[in-house]
Amino acid sequence: MVTECQHRPGRRVQIYCYPFCFANAPFIRTEMSAMNRKLIQTLAETISKQVKHFNKTEAECLIRLFNGLLGEQTVAGRAVHGLDRGKFRNILHNTFGMTDDMIMDRVFRAFDKDNDSFISVKEWIEGLSIFLRGTLDEKIKYCFHVYDLNSDGNISREEMFHMLKNSLIRQPTEEDPDEGVKDLVEITLKMMDHDHDGRLSYADFEKAVREENLLLEAFGTCLPDAKSILIFEQHAFQDPLDQ
Amino acid sequence: MGASLTRAAQWTTASSATGKLEITPLNESLLKEILRFVEQFSSRHPQEAKHVFKEPLQWSTTLVASDFKTDYDINGPTVQSQEKDSEGHPLLQLSPPTISVHSFSQLSKLVQLADDKKLKEVRACLEENRDPVVKILGPSFATVLDGEDTSVLRLVDKVKQGDQATDSEVQVKLFLLLQHLDNQLLSNSLKQISQEVRLNPAVVKTEVELLKRFCSEGEKRVLKSVRYTSDYEFGNGCHTPPWRQVHGEICYLVIEPCDTETLYITCSTAGVFLNGGIKQEGEENAYERTSDMHKDLVTLLRNRSPHFAENINKQKIQHVESVDAEEQGQPQRSYEHQEKNVHERARQQHTPNKPGGKKKLEPSPRWKNLGLMSPYDKAEEKKASKGSGKEKSGEVQKKMLRSDSKKKAEFSVSSLPGRQSSQKTKTPAGVVPVEDFSESSSESEEDEEQPERRPESNTDLPSEYWQIQKLVKYLKGGNQTATVIALCAMRDFNLVQETCQLAIRDVGGLEVLINLLDTEEIKCKIGSLKILRKISHNSQIRRAIADLGGLQTMVKILDSPVKDLKALAAETIANVAKFRRARRTVRQYGGIKRLVELLDCVPDSATLTAEQERDVEVARCGALALWSCSKSTRNKEAIRKAGGIPLLGRLLKSPHENMLIPVVGTLQECASERSYRIAIQTEGMIEDLVKNLSSDNDELQMHCASAIFKCAEDKRTRDLVRQYEGLQPLVSLLSKADNKQLLAATTGAIWKCSISMENVAKFQEYKALETLVGLLTEQPEEVLVNVVGALGECAQIPANRATIRKCGGIQPLVNLLTGTNQALLVNVTKAVGACATEIDNMTIIDRLDGVRLLWSLLKNPNADVQASAAWAICPCIENAKDAGEMVRSFVGGLELIVNLLKSTNKEVLASVCAAIAKIAKDKENLAVITDHGVVPMLAKLTNTTDDRLRRHLAEAVARCCMWGSNRVSFGEAGAVAPLVRYLKSKDSSVHQATAQALLQLSKDPNNCITMHENGVVKLLIGMMGSTDEILQEAAAGCVANIRRLALANDKARYG
Repeated sequence: MVTECQHRPGRRVQIYCYPFCFANAPFIRTEMSAMNRKLIQTLAETISKQVKHFNKTEAECLIRLFNGLLGEQTVAGRAVHGLDRGKFRNILHNTFGMTDDMIMDRVFRAFDKDNDSFISVKEWIEGLSIFLRGTLDEKIKYCFHVYDLNSDGNISREEMFHMLKNSLIRQPTEEDPDEGVKDLVEITLKMMDHDHDGRLSYADFEKAVREENLLLEAFGTCLPDAKSILIFEQHAFQDPLDQ
Repeated sequence: MGASLTRAAQWTTASSATGKLEITPLNESLLKEILRFVEQFSSRHPQEAKHVFKEPLQWSTTLVASDFKTDYDINGPTVQSQEKDSEGHPLLQLSPPTISVHSFSQLSKLVQLADDKKLKEVRACLEENRDPVVKILGPSFATVLDGEDTSVLRLVDKVKQGDQATDSEVQVKLFLLLQHLDNQLLSNSLKQISQEVRLNPAVVKTEVELLKRFCSEGEKRVLKSVRYTSDYEFGNGCHTPPWRQVHGEICYLVIEPCDTETLYITCSTAGVFLNGGIKQEGEENAYERTSDMHKDLVTLLRNRSPHFAENINKQKIQHVESVDAEEQGQPQRSYEHQEKNVHERARQQHTPNKPGGKKKLEPSPRWKNLGLMSPYDKAEEKKASKGSGKEKSGEVQKKMLRSDSKKKAEFSVSSLPGRQSSQKTKTPAGVVPVEDFSESSSESEEDEEQPERRPESNTDLPSEYWQIQKLVKYLKGGNQTATVIALCAMRDFNLVQETCQLAIRDVGGLEVLINLLDTEEIKCKIGSLKILRKISHNSQIRRAIADLGGLQTMVKILDSPVKDLKALAAETIANVAKFRRARRTVRQYGGIKRLVELLDCVPDSATLTAEQERDVEVARCGALALWSCSKSTRNKEAIRKAGGIPLLGRLLKSPHENMLIPVVGTLQECASERSYRIAIQTEGMIEDLVKNLSSDNDELQMHCASAIFKCAEDKRTRDLVRQYEGLQPLVSLLSKADNKQLLAATTGAIWKCSISMENVAKFQEYKALETLVGLLTEQPEEVLVNVVGALGECAQIPANRATIRKCGGIQPLVNLLTGTNQALLVNVTKAVGACATEIDNMTIIDRLDGVRLLWSLLKNPNADVQASAAWAICPCIENAKDAGEMVRSFVGGLELIVNLLKSTNKEVLASVCAAIAKIAKDKENLAVITDHGVVPMLAKLTNTTDDRLRRHLAEAVARCCMWGSNRVSFGEAGAVAPLVRYLKSKDSSVHQATAQALLQLSKDPNNCITMHENGVVKLLIGMMGSTDEILQEAAAGCVANIRRLALANDKARYG
């Protein structure tokens, strides 16, 4: 990706170190004709009406970005309807600094609403809407969805353990290396399990987060921090003609 | 540029008229900065560059005609630019060696032409134009620039005044540009300066002593000799003559190293450098600096003498080895004992006279491990200096050490960097910097060391202790997610409880929490601050946070873009900065400026966006922190300099109580400074303060009243309070008599407001006096002082004196005369004195034996009380029945008051003279005081220049003349000639009293002669034309006496 860009003179330097380097943007612009552009605009208009936090121009930018990313995939010569898991995880990792594999998978699942293992353009924009600009309510729902590994509407002890198992440095001296994690799970339950049924329902989770916002990402980082949001938005929403 | 040139640049101290810029790295960077500014000026600001200077910048240049190219008319050696001003004068003129330049565009070009000589040109230009801004923009701008708190407003005014010129806008722009450059230069040089070390005589002395030890003969010999040029040491520890001390020079040394030639060294506060060779005192030409500046002698010697550098290292190694050996020698010692030992050694390290001095502060490896100790160590030293409670704190210290060293294995790595840097700031000076006790009087150290209340054994530790310990473990060994969970869990504990607070500290949680603040993880920082904010209500925790360097980190966080984080940090600072050292730390790390910046928000618009609301919250926390900080005088100054006053003024318009309380709290705290009082008045804050007097929050009302209390010393402020109708709310606040703090503030405000008679009239209208009299009993002293003060002011109006009597106020007032609080006594005596001017009141006072009480207050050690009592005695004697008899009845009273004439306090003297004038109306008493020697004592005082004293002294003299041969005695004691001089005073009340005294004195012929010799006649003839009849009469009488004597004399001679 990076090397491809370097051959193109006149590109901004920051782009080299940036995963969305829009390598194919000019290609798209020539290939996809004026008609295609029109299509994007109409799509952007419809989507921006359905999705809360983006206006039409922003939606358009995100569609272009999506198309660009998709374009890179098609080079492989597959028929695709959306971003696949690997591509998406790359973005999460490189752009939003996420590291936990499991959480990244769950984020993908949260974006991929129809569960077809691909993120369509609509899912992309809807997902980003919460990801980048979600209200607290939306984020609580989203995070709960991410943490509810088996999607049964509850975060169980086991799920918590699973998500937290790498969060403590293991002391080799300890008899049970998992003891700390187990304890951490109990601490978390004590804090958040308001109905004392040994698992976190959505209501539990919501109540706890409202009381203490820091608990929103209690079981692992699944939202970008302010800085990467800023960088992403700056980059994605810059004037398309600039690119 | 002005400020940086005068303050930052290092001018040579030689007395040459122009002054040279020294060649120092600091100056060099300044010059480069200015050069860059000039070079880029004409391209960046083409319009401003064309602006013609008010006066040209002139200097002698090294450039010659051949250096100039096109655009210039070259005529032999002289050069003129083709660019001309509106009147046709060329903007650049060179007639070697002088060059004069009129605009920045020409300056820019010139610098480009000068090529490699450009730095030299800029230097020459600045050296010869010490105040370039004045030359560029005209002197009117200089005043704008000089003000410390330059506001753009004043600048605009300035420009408006000079509006004739159409280019005013350009001028302003130019001015702002220059000012910007100035700021930039200052901040740059500040960075450099802050790295420099300031030496003081003690440090230098220590170092010299140390070096002298190295001069011993033998193998270890490092230096041949070290000596001062002058062995005389001034009281301040300097060896230099006073006229050099003003330049910061501490001493001159002659040091002979083993391998190089003799070094002549100057030690100054700025550092150590080689001079021109001062061998002994008074070699005037050798003061110039000839080498780089070094931070101390050892560094300089190392640079100069390789032999020294080599051997000093050896010396050091030897020492460190010995430390280690000592340690290994006693491995069997009990753990505790050893710890104590290390601790003792730590203290030895700080004693300056130990061989090795500061060089030995290089830690041995073992020592390094104990890095944790140093902050406690510092605290310990401070405590020790306090003297009291020393032993106890030592104990605490030991305990801390013990718990620390248990933890050190876990912490030493993470916490060392911060610790080391704090050590570094301390070591170069070798001695702990002198504490500055700049705290305001309003402050009391709330945080006196509390006794450690830690359970002795671990058995009865509460369960929270173990839970918190576990959480701290997860904090230390967890990733971000685990850390956040642990933080949230810790927050769920009851952090208000002291057991939890101390548990967090004792298990080492504070270190972790503070370390978290240094990370990039915003959520961890927020979580950590949420806990710190709570537990910092505990004074022990506060100290621990400060000791661990938490304030520095929190001050840094104030720059964060995350608003929640800023607000939390500010709030925590507000809690921690409750003691002096913490406040100083906040200031020293630039916290005040940042906190002031937090105040910038829109507080009063009706609808706020969520974002704006957050800004307001940040500002509120900022105000809280400033409130805590504002208890130190220097911080008040810093807040003002950072532009805090207008921002506070803006927040004062806020409708929210929780915002207003810290804002008004800060203002009332700062109002102890004159600059603030003026600003509060001129920025229109009185109106808001008055408005908030009517709020329904007691605390807010109290702070407002207290601010008015402090500000109303000023007449204009008192008038404003009245104009904004603040007097009525003040009076109605008197009904809240249960809240003593509020009552004290309210009565204080009433007291100060009642200094204006217009206000007193208002108070009469609101029937304030009745209420005030009711507050004379059963109130704490701080309330009483103010109530009595207010009554004293009100009683200046006759009607009020009657009111006080009718409300039964006289008796409680007289009762208060038996008190001990000096402030209260001053006010009570004043009030009683004011009341005594009414005959009816006097009867009551007399009945209550008030005069005797007043008289006994003359024995009070406080001069203010003495004076105030003596003043009060005057109306008493005047209005009492049988005053003479009454005065005589006080055993020893007359002697007492006469002896007060020996006082050195002018006010006491004036009041006692006034009292003596009253006493002397009674012949018998006059006889008694004459016997006590009042005449020579009064005569001795006559040389004063104080008009108030002169007046009462003259009155007393006039009265005392009435007895026996006192007139003659005054004459013999030499009182006459000085009295004649009083007639030249500007104060007409002095004239009257003096004329009367002279009239009395002139009844003695010898006095007449003295007066005449001193030219009294002419002065008196002038006085006879006065409109004051008493003066007329006395003057005329005196002249008549003199004339009569002359006539008699003539008659005797010729008749």
